[in-house]
Amino acid sequence: MTSTKPLLEVDGLTLRVGASGRTVVNNVSFCVSPGEIVGIVGESGSGKTLAARAVMGFIPPAVRLISGSIRFDGEEVTTMAPKRLRAIRGARVGMVFQEPMTSLNPSMLIGRQLEEGLALHRKLDAAGRRELILDMLRRVGIRDPEGAFNAYPHQYSGGMRQRIMLASVMLLKPALLLADEPTTALDAVVQRDVMELMVDLTKENGTAVLLISHDLGMVARYCSRIVVMCQGDVVEHGNSEDILARPQHPYTRKLLAAMPHREPAREVPEAGTPLVAVKDLVVDYGGRQGFFRKEQPKRALHGISLSVKPGEVVSVVGGSGSGKTTLGHAIAGLIKPSEGAILFNGKPIDKSETAYWDYRLNCQMVFQDPYSSLDPRMTIGELVGEPLRLVKGMGAAEKKARLAEVLGEVGLGDGFAERYPHELSGGQRQRVAIARAIIRRPSFVIADEPVSALDVTVRAQVLELFAELQKKHGFSCLFISHDLGVVEQVSDRVIVMQDGRIVEEGTRDQIFDAPQHDYTRKLLSAVPGLESMADGGVRLFWRLGEPA
Amino acid sequence: MLRFALTRILMSVPTLLIVSVAVFGLIRLIPGDPASLMLGDLATPASIADLQARLGLDQSVPVQFGIWFGNLLKGDLGQSINSQQAVLPLILQRFWISAQIVLVAVALASLVAVPAGVLAAWKQDTSLDLSLVAVATLLLSIPTFWLGLLLLLFFGLKLEWLPVVGYVSIAENPLAGILYLVMPIMTLFLHEIGVILRMARASTLEVLRLDYITHARAKGLTESAVLWNHAFKNAFGPTWTLIGLVLGNLLGGIAVVETVFTIPGLGRLLVDSIFARDYPVIQGCMLFVAFTYVLVNLVIDLCYPIFDPRVTAQ
Amino acid sequence: MRLPAPNALVGGTLIGFLAIVASVSALWTPYDPLRLSFRAKLAAPSAMHWLGTDEFGRDVLSRLMAGAATSVWISLLTVALAVSLGTVIGLFSGYVRGWVDRTIMAFNDALLAFPGILLALGLLAVVGANKYGIILALGIAYAPSVARIVRGTVLSLREREFISASRVMGNSEAFTMLRHILPNCIAPLTVLATSMFGWVLLAESSLSFLGLGVPPPAPTWGNMLAGSRPYIGQAVWLGIFPGLCISLTLLGINLLGDALRDKLDPRMRGAR
Repeated sequence: MTSTKPLLEVDGLTLRVGASGRTVVNNVSFCVSPGEIVGIVGESGSGKTLAARAVMGFIPPAVRLISGSIRFDGEEVTTMAPKRLRAIRGARVGMVFQEPMTSLNPSMLIGRQLEEGLALHRKLDAAGRRELILDMLRRVGIRDPEGAFNAYPHQYSGGMRQRIMLASVMLLKPALLLADEPTTALDAVVQRDVMELMVDLTKENGTAVLLISHDLGMVARYCSRIVVMCQGDVVEHGNSEDILARPQHPYTRKLLAAMPHREPAREVPEAGTPLVAVKDLVVDYGGRQGFFRKEQPKRALHGISLSVKPGEVVSVVGGSGSGKTTLGHAIAGLIKPSEGAILFNGKPIDKSETAYWDYRLNCQMVFQDPYSSLDPRMTIGELVGEPLRLVKGMGAAEKKARLAEVLGEVGLGDGFAERYPHELSGGQRQRVAIARAIIRRPSFVIADEPVSALDVTVRAQVLELFAELQKKHGFSCLFISHDLGVVEQVSDRVIVMQDGRIVEEGTRDQIFDAPQHDYTRKLLSAVPGLESMADGGVRLFWRLGEPA
Repeated sequence: MLRFALTRILMSVPTLLIVSVAVFGLIRLIPGDPASLMLGDLATPASIADLQARLGLDQSVPVQFGIWFGNLLKGDLGQSINSQQAVLPLILQRFWISAQIVLVAVALASLVAVPAGVLAAWKQDTSLDLSLVAVATLLLSIPTFWLGLLLLLFFGLKLEWLPVVGYVSIAENPLAGILYLVMPIMTLFLHEIGVILRMARASTLEVLRLDYITHARAKGLTESAVLWNHAFKNAFGPTWTLIGLVLGNLLGGIAVVETVFTIPGLGRLLVDSIFARDYPVIQGCMLFVAFTYVLVNLVIDLCYPIFDPRVTAQ
Repeated sequence: MRLPAPNALVGGTLIGFLAIVASVSALWTPYDPLRLSFRAKLAAPSAMHWLGTDEFGRDVLSRLMAGAATSVWISLLTVALAVSLGTVIGLFSGYVRGWVDRTIMAFNDALLAFPGILLALGLLAVVGANKYGIILALGIAYAPSVARIVRGTVLSLREREFISASRVMGNSEAFTMLRHILPNCIAPLTVLATSMFGWVLLAESSLSFLGLGVPPPAPTWGNMLAGSRPYIGQAVWLGIFPGLCISLTLLGINLLGDALRDKLDPRMRGAR
């Protein structure tokens, strides 16, 4: 890129929380040239969102600007009069948000919302505005633009709303687009479509993009330059390729190392009977015969069969609505299946009391949300020790010793037993949840998206812990996840689900290297793969070749 | 939309039915023969036997309820023991007096409190916000019967601006009628300001944190456009529901204000009937107020999609 | 150590003061609240009678103190009755779910269709206006709102993953209910009980004011206010002090309730 004057220059920006005096953005500097795509990467608490929002003059009331300057197109934003700021907002700088469910006004027609910006910044009559809006809606892939014009946001899915959001912002052809985690809340397949659309649209209009994300892989894929932030500081700043291949700062190296990667396939011993076998499982939801309406039951699972061998890690992967969570809950006994059987060690669990209890004591679960899976009114010691209540013939001293042992195993020392969940971080809570799941030494653990609520580096630590424990105790695992990277890292075998059915099943290498089913291919082509290199760097590649 | 309205209307049918059963059952809980209770001290053995037959007291309780409910549907709530008047016209006549006080007070309170609440939320944690919330909490904490008494002391006895107690129908003498209503309305108005302002503030705060507000600002809209076009409409839903509840609650508890200002409204009718053990009127008043309350809430709910189109989408 | 929020401080002080006055009045009041003295009829506040005397020459301060005790007792017992009744119904309803739950809740909601103190008025017509009648009537009248909130809490807790975790562990439904769901209902119940204390105190005063509460000569703030009306022109203090007591108590409760909700309701935590 020829060295033109930068469009956006942030210099020495420092923001502090008013009362506590904590510095949340510390001496941050970066710049964006016209038409360029720059990424800001960081985990929660890195200050990336605050720094980006400050560009538009959005500083929360509790936060104070201590020093630094933000120059947009040569004009200083921090001292700009409100009227001038409003003239720039929307017209020159646009913004796309993370949550498609809350970023559009639920009580205003989509057409009216899109019209607002045009009416404010462009001299057009109503017909002209309408024409522009319909064109733009068509451009972002809304099938019935006329219908969308007179519809409310809740009539559209998350991915569609994010497209509408993009349309709303790009209508005014801003010079700069701030995109704050624009695809984080979307399904993997949709994620990529929306990202590609955003890049195409901004390219067409010569709009520069400041992309804020926790996902280094995604940022590296689309951005020419990357700013890495950690706890308010910019720790590294440079070319995407350089940062990926030759990271300089220890934190960047840590981030890269934390990205999921494939390890050599493990040997899983062939066994006669599978530990857990599921036969033709069918689950129906709803179908409540209400007083005023008769609902047709909705079939969530259409006859699922699978088996897990002793010591094997089997992943179930699929988008939202694929039925993978329902499957996990049904196997854990949380949902009563309408048809089908679950066999534990070859014995159906619903046929005899002993078989049921044998399974109940041997099957445990780790849940997705570490904030909701721990009873907030119990101490860590009580939480982790609770499953031992039902173990017969275990003395109090033995229980106490087991509790201490397990807390040690998950890396939480003695001091934690007396604490409450709200005093712990997300990663620590998930360690507690894992400790609770393994304290009875179960032979089968179901893990339902156990790391999807965690930050990148924490996620890596928890996954490592999980793998270590699995190796040590040899339990079998059903690992449910939407995240292909994580699945690639942990699994021996992979099951791909779509719309309540299994579409493909195979060893990890078969699925990732030679997928057969269209849906699997679509999933794989949506997320980039990573290859570790020497010096702690990585190389990014698209699976199944570069997209067209 | 039609489906939403129909479902919502049908949903109030069981409620009305159960309310009727509850009121029917309540009076039957009183020990003694219902017919002699209903006729009071003036009962003669002949009139008791006559009423017993009409109420179907020789038959099973469900049949008795059926007869009673049939009369209810025809608008026949029985006769007052004291005045020998039919209950329904008596109630309607008193209801009109109470309703004008409640409706005017709540309408005025909403007009003042809703914008004030939105303003307080917009200026959250400033001295304006803090003083508005303080005033609202104070007003909320003063019981209406004392507030009425204070107004009466100040405007009636000390300044002598307004007539102290009593009631004149507006239809007979418009000016005097209005003057008599000023203090009762003001009492309820001041009290409800507190309730509505706090609700409007809380729900606006809730909305102001959402992304679409930032999105609206990011378009370059002025603060007042953001506040009224985007925040207000979405934040008003809960307040709107609260206004319905307030209307009903005031109607249920209006007796105290009517007592302070000696106004012959529905609340006073109920309390006097309790003193006089005039059971047909007690029964009628309870049914009438509960039915009105259910209907008011129905109307409120049917208007709700204006503020939040999502509710029709289930 | 952070200072408590100003509303908690003011509210706590007001309610603490009320509790002390109510307790002291059981042992000692300046005068006998029921003793008539026709020589000291309608005496203005003075060194002898700090807050004056009423139409029967009874000491207003002593009557206010005794009234505080009566009001606090009635309100506490009523709240206890409403909360225990409502909690049992709500827990049961949320526990069994299905058509039993829907039937219970239909009745519950129908009772909620009697606005304000209407249901209490109706019940009083049946049970009779006295101390225990009020407790029973108000207790029953307020129980449905408790049941509604407890059931709502139970249903939302059931969606939380720690309840699933308990079931996966092999705990029985009843154990899960008592060990995990009930303790987590305590926070919302505390907030509710605090506000309800205010509602009940107001309702009790209103009923006493209407003459349907504790019958005279026993003093309550409500019947003192009602008794003051004929003399309001000549003895202003009779109308001022009881009302002030009720208002300050309600103010204390409202402030305390706000502070509690801010502390216990995580949804509101971000808003402040």
